[in-house]
Amino acid sequence: MDDIVIIGAGECGVRAAFTLRKLGFEGRIVLFGAETMVPYERPPLSKAKAPEHKPIAAREAFEEAQIDLRLGVTVRAIDTRAKTVTLEEGASHSYGKLLIATGARARLFPGMDDCLTLRTHEDAETIMRHVEPAATIGIVGGGFIGLELAATAVKAGADVTVIEAGPRILGRAVPEEIARLVHERHAAEGVTLLTGTGVETVRATGVTLSDGREFCFDKVIAGVGALPNTALAEDAGLDVENGIVVDGSFQASAKDVYAAGDCCRFPWRGTPVRLESWKAAQDQGTHVAEAMMGTLAPYEKVPWFWSDQYDLTLQVAGLFDPRFQTRSRGAGAAGDTHIVFQCDTAGKLVAAAGIGPGNTVAKDIKLFEKLIEKNAPLDPDALADPSHNLKTFLKAA
Amino acid sequence: MANWIEVCAEGEIEEEDVIRFDHDGRTFAVYRSPDDAYFATDGLCTHEQIHLADGLVMDEVIECPKHNGRFDYRTGEALGAPVCVDLKTYPAKVEGGRVLIDLG
Repeated sequence: MDDIVIIGAGECGVRAAFTLRKLGFEGRIVLFGAETMVPYERPPLSKAKAPEHKPIAAREAFEEAQIDLRLGVTVRAIDTRAKTVTLEEGASHSYGKLLIATGARARLFPGMDDCLTLRTHEDAETIMRHVEPAATIGIVGGGFIGLELAATAVKAGADVTVIEAGPRILGRAVPEEIARLVHERHAAEGVTLLTGTGVETVRATGVTLSDGREFCFDKVIAGVGALPNTALAEDAGLDVENGIVVDGSFQASAKDVYAAGDCCRFPWRGTPVRLESWKAAQDQGTHVAEAMMGTLAPYEKVPWFWSDQYDLTLQVAGLFDPRFQTRSRGAGAAGDTHIVFQCDTAGKLVAAAGIGPGNTVAKDIKLFEKLIEKNAPLDPDALADPSHNLKTFLKAA
Repeated sequence: MANWIEVCAEGEIEEEDVIRFDHDGRTFAVYRSPDDAYFATDGLCTHEQIHLADGLVMDEVIECPKHNGRFDYRTGEALGAPVCVDLKTYPAKVEGGRVLIDLG
């Protein structure tokens, strides 16, 4: 009866399962995954023509940790009163505690049903089969998935067009200065980028823009965001609002039910947020396991993610807020990196982003992340001065 | 048998920092700790073969610049997901103002 059941064998569910064992949980852990492959890391899927299957942990590691991994199994319903989950084939399974880590799926607007989308390894293989020299690929959406796929496809010799309805690419995620550098690089690599052009209709092999322009492609990829997988939670009567609503311990609105990762909306520094990120899935998987074991510390991990496009890596720590001014820390010693940040009106760091070849911005963004975590007031003018070593702020803060 | 190889001059690694060192087709990360001791490990993270020399050193921990894998650079111990395989370490010392590592 103390079984812990986890629905979703992605980054979050897997991390939670292993963390439970590490913390000494001795009951049964049953981990349900809808896919049949050993749970794998998703970040590589958009980044290479031949995406590798990189398991989060080897199958033997699940066995060793006595995690009952049930792959290719879909959970059909949750009964929070009887404390059971019902599987597709009708069997039911009782739980002492339940974690919902169902992740997110690609958002589709009307007409996009036949477009390619990316979430699973199988999706990536399908996309990459179409990505070949001289193939014309249309990508609707100038977010991270769309742009990483654009870089991969153009490197493979395809003729790539990215269509973004917003005034610029990466509108939600990074400040304009950084987005501009990404845009320029794609243009230099031969990607056609159309921004500020509304989309009238999208088909599997073409796009009509709202200004009447018509484009034909061999294939259209939809990269217009993700939606949290909340149907199970909604049907079970849990609170859902842009994600399964959870508290700071990732507890959902029914007793002994938790949700974490891309599918949940949690409070971060007083504001409800939902993140779609590998790092957050990992951090939350660890945190929710601690919470399930009775540790009720608030979740304070700073949102962090990265994107690889060409030889450039972009890293972002924190969440940019349009209310605050974005400052630049300059172009780095070699002139090929760029770092920006935001402080709130009290001088507390809100977010930072950097872009550069390879991992050149990693140290600075890591230090910014630690400074955001400290949540201490700083002098934005000093932060903007690249001759000030960020480590000294950290030691002083 | 000891096989001490010269890495650099003592001051070339800043305190609480790391540099990359390539030798004989292999790549290493060489560290100077906050209390001024020197250490050496294999250069590439055991998770995805990313060079650690671009990562941040805080106290006795090196954090991979790509996916936040953390290691104790004194012992090579992997400190948690996503890294689970320890780093190989090498003895390091300072002699006559030069940093040396023992590649065995």
